[in-house]
Amino acid sequence: MRITTHARWAACATAVALATAGCGGGGDGGSDSAAVLSASWGDPQNPLEPSNTNEVQGGKVLDMIFRGLKRYDPETGEAKDMLAESIETDDSQNFTITVKDGWTFSNGEKVTAQSFVDAWNYGAGLRNNQRNSYFFGYIEGYDQVHPEEGEQTADTLSGLKVTGDRTFTVKLTQKFSTFPDTLGYNAFAPLPRAFFDDHDAWVKKPVGNGPYLVESYNRGSQMSLRTWDDYPGDDKAENGGVDLKVYTDNNTAYTDLLAGNLDLVDDVPAAQLKNVKNDLGDRYLNTPAGIIQTLAFPFYDEAWNTDGATKVRQGLSMAIDRKQITDTIFQNTRTPATDWTSPVLGEDGGFQDGLCGEFCEFKPDEAKKLIEEGGGLPGGKVTITFNADTGSHREWVNAVCNSINNALDNERACTANPVGTFADFRNEITDRKMTGPFRAGWQMDYPLIQNFLQPLYYTNASSNDGKWSNKEFDDLVNQANQETDTAKAVGLFQQAEEVVRDNMAAIPLWYQNGSAGWSDRLSNVKLNPFSVPVYNEIKVS
Amino acid sequence: MGRYVVRRLLQMIPVFIGATLLIFLMVNVMGDPVAGLCGERQCDPATAARLEREFGLDKPVWQQYLTYMGNVFTGDFGTAFNGQEVTELMATAFPVTVRLTLIAILFEIVIGVTLGVVTGLRRGRPVDTGVLLLTLVVISVPTFVTGLLLQLLLGVKWGWIRPSVSSEAPFDELILPGLVLASVSLAYVTRLTRTSIAENRRSDYVRTAIAKGLPRRRVVVRHLLRNSLIPVVTFIGADIGFLMGGAIVTERIFNIHGVGYQLYQGILRQNTQTVVGFVTVLVLVFLVANLVVDLLYAVLDPRIRYV
Repeated sequence: MRITTHARWAACATAVALATAGCGGGGDGGSDSAAVLSASWGDPQNPLEPSNTNEVQGGKVLDMIFRGLKRYDPETGEAKDMLAESIETDDSQNFTITVKDGWTFSNGEKVTAQSFVDAWNYGAGLRNNQRNSYFFGYIEGYDQVHPEEGEQTADTLSGLKVTGDRTFTVKLTQKFSTFPDTLGYNAFAPLPRAFFDDHDAWVKKPVGNGPYLVESYNRGSQMSLRTWDDYPGDDKAENGGVDLKVYTDNNTAYTDLLAGNLDLVDDVPAAQLKNVKNDLGDRYLNTPAGIIQTLAFPFYDEAWNTDGATKVRQGLSMAIDRKQITDTIFQNTRTPATDWTSPVLGEDGGFQDGLCGEFCEFKPDEAKKLIEEGGGLPGGKVTITFNADTGSHREWVNAVCNSINNALDNERACTANPVGTFADFRNEITDRKMTGPFRAGWQMDYPLIQNFLQPLYYTNASSNDGKWSNKEFDDLVNQANQETDTAKAVGLFQQAEEVVRDNMAAIPLWYQNGSAGWSDRLSNVKLNPFSVPVYNEIKVS
Repeated sequence: MGRYVVRRLLQMIPVFIGATLLIFLMVNVMGDPVAGLCGERQCDPATAARLEREFGLDKPVWQQYLTYMGNVFTGDFGTAFNGQEVTELMATAFPVTVRLTLIAILFEIVIGVTLGVVTGLRRGRPVDTGVLLLTLVVISVPTFVTGLLLQLLLGVKWGWIRPSVSSEAPFDELILPGLVLASVSLAYVTRLTRTSIAENRRSDYVRTAIAKGLPRRRVVVRHLLRNSLIPVVTFIGADIGFLMGGAIVTERIFNIHGVGYQLYQGILRQNTQTVVGFVTVLVLVFLVANLVVDLLYAVLDPRIRYV
């Protein structure tokens, strides 16, 4: 396999040198099939619909075949206008959105204001079982389209109105100044009529408006994407296409990369981190992503909701040697956390290095003192609960426990409590069965400080697994959402984050990096802040 | 003979019902699968309730089981969480695993039985000791070690094969995974055959055959081997089902999208429909393989035929 590829490339290079005729390689006509790269992929968990995809693997594809009103800059994470010509508001609650002219779906249909409104109504509708419906929760009329109980009483969101071919208005139920910046999220992508007319056929072979089109989709094994030649955007794909291949084990994908059967691996397995420099040299990338790992606490448990418990949580935080764990267990692919957001936000976006202060530093003696002042560990010990099926959580949980045990001079102070599967782990969380700290991870939906705080710590928010509730925090978040000046809004969010710190609502552990390795055929490989490769910018030589 | 087959077929019914019920209960005990469907975020209650209703998870377990079994008899194995029909998953997974199993069984029969005969006839000689040692090593090294090692050497270091199997999974790409999958059973088959041959070599009928002046080849194949194969056939028969279900490790290493892969995904995502569907088919495979083994006894040993 390897030899034939090389031979073809040698021939190709000669041809290009002789005459600048394109290199047809496989010869299946159309686009330059020799410039197609192959990349590792995982089987998406849910059907591929924009508002139904909440994990990275499905998100990758949506990012290739869809473009929304906004797009997050692959480098800075800043939300920039894509299909949006303008998004205007006077009061941060009523928005008028104009869609750019000249955009079509790859089947020729025009992208209009209706394409967005239809897609959003579909995404919000309870009847459609979309996992990401809550993204439309701020829009007026959501409680009729998606009531908490019973059947939906309306088919369309009353807050959405099409006012022209390319304009529509959005009315929110509350002020939300950063709302336009959330519109780069995949759930807000436009949908063509084909999606509604023949849904089954669409899911088998999705049609979007992005730089790639789906050539073939063999569920569970491979998706072939090819460059869409008539793509109207200025971020055209710089390669011929991408073959996403499903791997059950990222170790096998890595082995395939080494053997020359695969061009791009976007998750270097932990076990290979020691060899990766040796194997790939500078064809390896390890950059921060918008992911933070924390330990959450069950505030519904009396023992963790006392006045002294804050000191206990702070003490536990100080008993964890983050530096050593990220060095030895994660080979520096994680960075010790010093706040509750992520470095990908940047200083302007709200990341504040060192906000956590000494509570995130390893100080075993003070840790012991603080825990004693706070009345000691509830019941004399803590157990850290995690799911043991994915993500090699066992190693770091054991390390964290060791660190705590050493700091407290007590072999039995901390024990790990593995749960068999992720679903079961989630089950115990939603059933409020936790009695001690548990693993919590947060991957951002969009690069805003709001996304790192509100869903996790606001009273009764969707991912507030510990059921922490604090009026001061809630008030600050509300104020921040009403603030039209971005810099001021970020400042208010940071104040809210300080409330999280003072109460140690969750112990920040580390920021996670994204990693990628690639073959010598590729150049210009980058990872965006969501740790997904920027496929359209990859060049195949 | 006919009555014997009918009786055996009837016996399969309670085994089938019992096995599926057990699997159904076990998967259900693991908890609510909907909790994991929305990722790190909690599903909103309305959507969770709708999903539960859609997958029939809101009913009591016994009712779920009855509906499920009712559907199975009409060929409806339900829908996986990603919206695909389980029968569709089976249609892509089973052919691949059947090919893999066939190759593994072939290896067992050809290499295992041959080595067994050779060593059984030369007991105590260097060949025998060598093969015995070799099988001991194979049995004691876990499959994933053998698999990863061969993959690294043949796939990456020497470049003889592709380290992973393509999605079509043709026969030639499955040879190495098949050998890895067969390795442990192969060693057992060798040892079983060896012992059986060595035992029967001294029996009266072999001595008679030799005394009659039959050629050595005929003595070994027609008389000695045929009678020695009964325990081996039993083992291989039981192994068919075992290999199909137990291919999880091998399939994972070589990225084969077969039954093991689907089962693994199903268990990880707590997808009752996928797991129970695949296990149901595997139970059937086990039962049929056992039936075939019992029928083969009759072929190998005429005395059993008239029982």
